[in-house]
Amino acid sequence: MGKVLVFAEQTNGKLKRSSIELLQAAAKSGNTVAAVVFGSHAGDVTAAAGHNGANEVHVVKDASLDSYNPELFTANIAAIIEKVQPSIILASASSTGKDLFPRVAARLGAGVASDCTELNISGDSVTATKPMYSGKCFAKANFENTNLKIVLMRANQLPVAAADTSKSANVVEQAVVKPDLKTLIKEIVKGTSEKLDLTEANIIVSGGRGLKEAANFKMLNDLADVLGATVGASRAVVDAGWVGHGMQVGQTGKTVAPSLYIAVGISGAIQHLAGMSGSKVIVAINNDPNAPIFQKATYGIVGDAFEIVPKLTEEFKKALHH
Amino acid sequence: MKIFVCIKQVPDTETKIKITPDQNGIDTAGIKWVLNPYDEYAVEEAVKLRDANPGSQVWVLSVGPKARVVESLRTALAMGSDEAIVVNAENLDNYSTAKALAEVIKAEGGAKVIFSGKLAIDDNASSVSQMLAEFLNVPHTTVVSKFAFNGENVVVERDVEGGAKEVVQMMTPAVVAANKGLNMPRYASLPGIMKAKKKVIKEIEFSSLNIPASDIKVKYTNFALPAEKPAVKIIAGDASAQAAELVKLLRDEAKVL
Ligand SMILES: Cc1cc2nc3c(=O)[nH]c(=O)nc-3n(C[C@H](O)[C@@H](O)[C@H](O)COP(=O)(O)OP(=O)(O)OC[C@H]3O[C@@H](n4cnc5c(N)ncnc54)[C@H](O)[C@@H]3O)c2cc1C
Ligand SMILES: Cc1cc2nc3c(=O)[nH]c(=O)nc-3n(C[C@H](O)[C@H](O)[C@H](O)COP(=O)(O)OP(=O)(O)OC[C@H]3O[C@@H](n4cnc5c(N)ncnc54)[C@H](O)[C@@H]3O)c2cc1C
Repeated sequence: MGKVLVFAEQTNGKLKRSSIELLQAAAKSGNTVAAVVFGSHAGDVTAAAGHNGANEVHVVKDASLDSYNPELFTANIAAIIEKVQPSIILASASSTGKDLFPRVAARLGAGVASDCTELNISGDSVTATKPMYSGKCFAKANFENTNLKIVLMRANQLPVAAADTSKSANVVEQAVVKPDLKTLIKEIVKGTSEKLDLTEANIIVSGGRGLKEAANFKMLNDLADVLGATVGASRAVVDAGWVGHGMQVGQTGKTVAPSLYIAVGISGAIQHLAGMSGSKVIVAINNDPNAPIFQKATYGIVGDAFEIVPKLTEEFKKALHH
Repeated sequence: MKIFVCIKQVPDTETKIKITPDQNGIDTAGIKWVLNPYDEYAVEEAVKLRDANPGSQVWVLSVGPKARVVESLRTALAMGSDEAIVVNAENLDNYSTAKALAEVIKAEGGAKVIFSGKLAIDDNASSVSQMLAEFLNVPHTTVVSKFAFNGENVVVERDVEGGAKEVVQMMTPAVVAANKGLNMPRYASLPGIMKAKKKVIKEIEFSSLNIPASDIKVKYTNFALPAEKPAVKIIAGDASAQAAELVKLLRDEAKVL
């Protein structure tokens, strides 16, 4: 057996669901699980990592690590890896994970497989499956010529069981490493939405040109609020300027993998499908029975979005809040 | 100043993917190859930067089988790039690809700014740009939708989760990986296409770069098509009935609520 190192990500001092998935998967593998937590709000995250399977948590409690800087994070991760000597590293294919770990891999001579959807750990070896060609096929990533194997997993791919609060981890405080930085983060402009990012959302309500105009996205926001969902969009409406590019789902937008994807007034062009076909359950609402989206959907409603969406919002309210 | 752009040739999105009988790759017969969409933004930004800084030059660089990859290099030349290099190679991974890109850029005397795409739409890895930056020992920013150069540093905007943005300043040389929204890539003009046809593309054999075989770290096998989806269940009735039935199915049958 070896050691699996999990990069534990947080939002405002709360361990992310995607990191919980990885910690629990690592714990199930029978390896020793080490978690890494960065930043001044590390306390609660450290405890949560223990409840979800970490045997040891390496904490760098320095405010300089509260926001992401590639060079600074690379130096600090590399220092911990050298101490911990893991054979496998798991991180989520989040903005930070995808940016950071290829750089870490290059520094340490390690292999990295990014954006994976299946994980298979056996002793200290690991393989992962990842979608290729915009989800049109899958392939298995096998590591070779490397003692350190890094897998970046898409969110919502692995099961999550309840945390076990009786468990705790051995906490190891690590000193911050401060290299000379050539990168300076000057400003962080907050997003407009407090909702989960599309790439992490468990439910997505997405709108297309069938909504006719920007103002009608309110109808989708109302539905999303009831469901605790994040709102997405097709490229057609992003290009039309109805919503920001951060909301675009598809080949040139975000790749999403929710349990439930509700596509409203979206035709289902191949580039849109490329981003959302990994959704577990797909609902299509479209007034054209021949819209290609119905070929990918689990459930379809042929009809007018303006009649159906408000009714649906009512029904969900009834079903979820009584 | 010298500006490098790393480009990759990828199958067109409309391509139907077929798996080879040994399941270790895809059948490339009949595939239409195009310049990776994100790399178009990279080429456009490089050409704009060159035009704003007289005396500069844009070099495009691609690793891949030279017989076909030169086609994408010609596209980039037709968009306004000045020089092109192909590294002839097959079956590399992200690590060895980034190593090859770094070796060539170093051998050509380095660059002030290196552009790439944020992601290649075939392997979907978003890893080569960061690895390249590390091998060159320079800073990088990925998912960039705004770029400015002030003669010394670059200032970029990076799109992160939840619609947030980071404003990042980097000392040059630096690697900038382009996202959609950075610019509107130009179409190649007819004179541009004619000029690109006449350009000599420099050819380098991967084997001449002295990159050991152990620099290939990941091998992809067991290619498979996604499982067939069962046919869609169309829900009948008026809007109220449809809504009620859908909620019931999502709760009791699909169990996603
Ligand atoms: C089925 C299959 C077949 C393959 N066949 C070949 C082959 O015939 N020849 C070969 O060399 N490799 C081949 N590869 C390896 C692969 O294409 C590498 O280029 C590498 O893995 C790139 O990773 P990526 O596509 O995830 O790039 P990403 O990290 O997603 O790309 C980000 C950016 O890096 C730059 N970039 C990426 N790759 C290149 C490149 N090759 N040249 C210049 N810039 C680049 C681009 O700017 C791109 O936008 C193959 C891989 C697979 C899975
Ligand atoms: C290189 C490239 C990359 C691309 N990347 C992306 C991408 O990342 N994401 C993406 O989404 N697209 C992408 N596209 C664009 C894509 O090809 C489609 O043009 C786009 O997805 C269409 O958006 P849409 O479905 O909203 O609009 P349309 O195709 O116009 O479809 C609107 C649908 O709404 C239905 N409708 C109309 N009125 C109603 C009503 N009252 N009630 C219910 N339904 C109604 C219609 O029947 C129709 O099916 C890309 C294209 C290219 C060439």
